[in-house]
Amino acid sequence: MTTLFVLLAEVALASFGAAIGAGMATIGAAMGIGRIGQSAMEAIARQPESSGDIRSTMIISAALIEGVAFFAVITCILVIFLGEN
Amino acid sequence: MNQAGKLLFLCLFLIFCGMVLHAATQSPENVTGTETGHEAASFDAGKYVVEHVSDAHEWHIVTFGKTHVSIPLPILLYSKTSGLHLFLSSRFQHGHSAYKGFAIATEGQEEGKIVEVNDAGEIIGKPFDLSITKTVAGALISAVILVLILLAVARSAVKSRGKAPSGLQNLIEPVILFVRDEIAIPAIGKKNHERFLPILLSLFFIILINNLFGLIPVFPLGANVTGNISVTLVLALITFFITTFSGNKHYWKEIFNPDVPWWMKFPVPLMPFVEFFGMFTKPFVLMVRLFANMMAGHLIITVFVSLIFIFGNLFGSAGGLLISPVSVLFSVFIMILDILVSFIQAYVFTLLSALYFGMATVEHH
Repeated sequence: MTTLFVLLAEVALASFGAAIGAGMATIGAAMGIGRIGQSAMEAIARQPESSGDIRSTMIISAALIEGVAFFAVITCILVIFLGEN
Repeated sequence: MNQAGKLLFLCLFLIFCGMVLHAATQSPENVTGTETGHEAASFDAGKYVVEHVSDAHEWHIVTFGKTHVSIPLPILLYSKTSGLHLFLSSRFQHGHSAYKGFAIATEGQEEGKIVEVNDAGEIIGKPFDLSITKTVAGALISAVILVLILLAVARSAVKSRGKAPSGLQNLIEPVILFVRDEIAIPAIGKKNHERFLPILLSLFFIILINNLFGLIPVFPLGANVTGNISVTLVLALITFFITTFSGNKHYWKEIFNPDVPWWMKFPVPLMPFVEFFGMFTKPFVLMVRLFANMMAGHLIITVFVSLIFIFGNLFGSAGGLLISPVSVLFSVFIMILDILVSFIQAYVFTLLSALYFGMATVEHH
């Protein structure tokens, strides 16, 4: 059993970790931006005349969160290309 | 507007038909693998995609079967042993031959870069590479176009002072006013914003124009300029240097002696460390955000187009034909989304730079 795990470690652990990491980053970003969209829509429903302000704030917040998510994706890409000797 | 809409639809439809025809005529004979030409034995998706989004020493236009049509770009090298060299990249013949002791390394650590070789073909060193590559050429072209546009707008603004604006001024002046009224003044304040307005406008227009030109696949546009981390590094460094050199005493006090409880500053300076690293991570995140957004857009478009060839290899030309409408529709959708992302990324970069400039010059209240 241990030899099986050792073989698995030899094969592509860095790529495996990188792919899982990229997927988890996507989950985090989607949850965060979904919350922004939700509260933006509720706020616009409460006060339709401030929809312009709310829309630009929503876009800025979404872009900032996406920046962090892309940061994680870049790290995963670096791991794939520079990991495993 | 209706005429322009019909024309646009006709062009898109013709492009779509062209792509479908091309995919249909792509026969799976490439799988034989006995040809020693420029093509790989079968379609190598990874290499195809990476080639299309990275830098190159020539500007590739089309490939008709075996013939590549590409524009060679000048290569400028400085080697410690043999001095300055200037020649066109066509001398390398797509990486197959060496020229004057230089060659493009095809394997190993320096793959794709120019190295010095001796007569036996072994690598003996690396020259200082100042070549005009595709990214540099694309950046220069968009710089020229930007200068032409903005100088024309400036001239017409001076000429039509007191009258209604005319021509290109109608398009560019609202954008300039937007940057001043929605980005510079809220972030920096009415007193100091004029000092930073030129650099903010430059950043906004450079990033916007380069982002948009990267999406148009026709020569001379279409070089992936902002999707190159060196370019975004320089843009972020500009923001970093301006923030650091225009920081007033209040700014440095906030970094090294912030208004926090005493045990966060002494004996172990926790908050000063965090603030000091924050000084570097803020421009770093600016760089990565712009680079990753633009690179991801181009990567997705290229992956969707290469789906056609992958399916063509797997299921014969019928598979390629069937996947073409889906592939093309997705690519067009992602391109439209990328136009929106280009505007948003230019806006966010400029807004955050303005915020950092504002934080550097804020008065003590």
